[in-house]
Amino acid sequence: MSGHTQTAAAPAASGTTAPAAVADRPLVEVDGLIKHFDLGGHFLQRERPTVKAINDVSLGIRRGEAFCLVGESGCGKSTLARIVMGLLDPTGGAIRFDGTRIDGLKHTARKPFHRRMQMIFQNPYASLNPRRTVQKTLEEPLRFHFPNLSDADVKTKVEQVMVSVGNDPSWGTRYPHEFSGGQRQRISIARALMVDPDFVVADEPISALDVSIQAQVLNVMMDTQEARDLTYLFITHDLSVVRHFGTRVGVMYLGTLCELADTATLFENPRHPYTRILLSAIPRISTEEMKPPGLPGEVPSAMNLPSGCVFHDRCPLANARCSAEVPRAQCQADGTLVACHAVEEGRG
Amino acid sequence: MSRLSAVLGSDFVYRFRRDPIAIVAFAVTAAFMLAALLAPVLSPMNPHDPAQLDIMNSEIPPVWQSGGDPAFLLGTDDQGRDMLSAILYGLRISITIGIFAVMVQMALGIVIGLMSGYLGGKVDAFFMRLADIQLAMSTLMLAIVALAVFKAAFGAELFSDMAIIMLVLVIGIAEWPQYARTIRASVLAERKKEYVDAARVIGLSAPTIMRRHILPNTLSPLLVISTVQVANAIISEAALSFLGLGMPVTMPSLGSLISAGFAYIFSGSWWITTIPSIVLIVLILSINLLGDWLRDVLNPRLYKG
Repeated sequence: MSGHTQTAAAPAASGTTAPAAVADRPLVEVDGLIKHFDLGGHFLQRERPTVKAINDVSLGIRRGEAFCLVGESGCGKSTLARIVMGLLDPTGGAIRFDGTRIDGLKHTARKPFHRRMQMIFQNPYASLNPRRTVQKTLEEPLRFHFPNLSDADVKTKVEQVMVSVGNDPSWGTRYPHEFSGGQRQRISIARALMVDPDFVVADEPISALDVSIQAQVLNVMMDTQEARDLTYLFITHDLSVVRHFGTRVGVMYLGTLCELADTATLFENPRHPYTRILLSAIPRISTEEMKPPGLPGEVPSAMNLPSGCVFHDRCPLANARCSAEVPRAQCQADGTLVACHAVEEGRG
Repeated sequence: MSRLSAVLGSDFVYRFRRDPIAIVAFAVTAAFMLAALLAPVLSPMNPHDPAQLDIMNSEIPPVWQSGGDPAFLLGTDDQGRDMLSAILYGLRISITIGIFAVMVQMALGIVIGLMSGYLGGKVDAFFMRLADIQLAMSTLMLAIVALAVFKAAFGAELFSDMAIIMLVLVIGIAEWPQYARTIRASVLAERKKEYVDAARVIGLSAPTIMRRHILPNTLSPLLVISTVQVANAIISEAALSFLGLGMPVTMPSLGSLISAGFAYIFSGSWWITTIPSIVLIVLILSINLLGDWLRDVLNPRLYKG
């Protein structure tokens, strides 16, 4: 809970920033975010079992960038995205959007932010209501946020957005089950774009798609970013997509942010030992035999986190300090944030 | 026209046409519904009108028995009421009570089931424990207690005037847990799907999401239990009437007809009890068979080709 004073990327209080700094201010700030899931348990148990999904994560997403969050399954990246979108309530910390704190807002007070923030989901087979036509699905956000629009305006807008993501506007009368995964995901993207959002969270939007369709959907997303000046939070575990798509990358491990860097910097010069091992696991075409990434053991349970640095029991560079003290994110010379004692001490 | 041909060409209709049991069950149910609807037109006399009854005509056997009178196809009961007319009107009352009681159940069950499933937590715990408590007592027991108390408190006269409404309410309220549990189970499955998250991201309120997104996706189990529940409600009504807590003898339902004739079964007038019983059994059987068929068709895991 005390780590968030260290983060250079997320200036803490919005009220104190000078007007000139408003343009530089990150669009979305995640400040000291904590999320614990209560597993219920027995009422006589002294300590109720909790899954510590996110432990003190701070980051800032700048305007117009495609911020990628990578990490293996269960590291808390989707949870973070869902908290940012308000689908889950944080246990601690704050989320700010354009300087306004949005976590814990009442439903009506949040409405303008619902319009400015939209989300694209992982599974295109579940994210469209099977009983509603495409037209109805696409009209819904528009009619909710702009109740004064006439039917003709709504229709024009739907057509325009459908065309902009490469869909045939005549699909409107059909039902989701009549489309392929890629088509559905483009419909999903269209739904997110209906209300002209500033910020779009994409939670593994291509991982459920065929490889041949992945690039197509990714290109649609990149084109719309350019055309609409969007800011993305892109959740993925596919590092080659990050390289292609991301401006900056955050690497997460077991609910903590290990490293946050520009995409190019991260791939050229990964600092955190976890990031290095992660990057070494990218499959390459070469005549050399690939060495196994050399990461012993398995990811520990988020119900029972290791003491100190959560990575210390698998880290090749760990020493006594790592198992005792939680590392804080340190700003490096090139602006990269690394939370590692070894990097701080120059042991790496 | 294209809509009609789409319906006729659908898998649903195809499987209906391939299943003789479904066709027969549907035909019988539809015939009964139609007969109930057209009872005033079809029946030779109005059995609710005491002026049309002649006590001299009492206990005439059906036409095919010796002593039968062609004016009374299915014979008459102890008060000289034409059995055919009494059965048609009784069918009308039984089906009306069945359908309206199910509507009460459905309304309660949908609201409670949606709230329990979607909101979860304490709301869910409260309603589901309430449902458990109610299911621990049988429908009939609850209904008998409620109706007997009402009858004792307000007198038999008011009771016979209010009988239909009371039966609808009592059977409706006694059986809401069936609906609430079914809906809750489907809501629990549906609300985990991402389209619900997408609706929340749009900013829609919880009641809107429940009504517009979740409810339409829980309709097929609802349709299946509705058929079974209509049959159950008709049985409950018949049982209550048989026990003297349902429809009065002046406005008999199928149950009260069976009950009224029961005293005469050993004196040879078997038809007063037997014929309404057969009608009741055939009606319930065909509704249940239709419900079974519907369940098989709407359950994608049970494709039988």
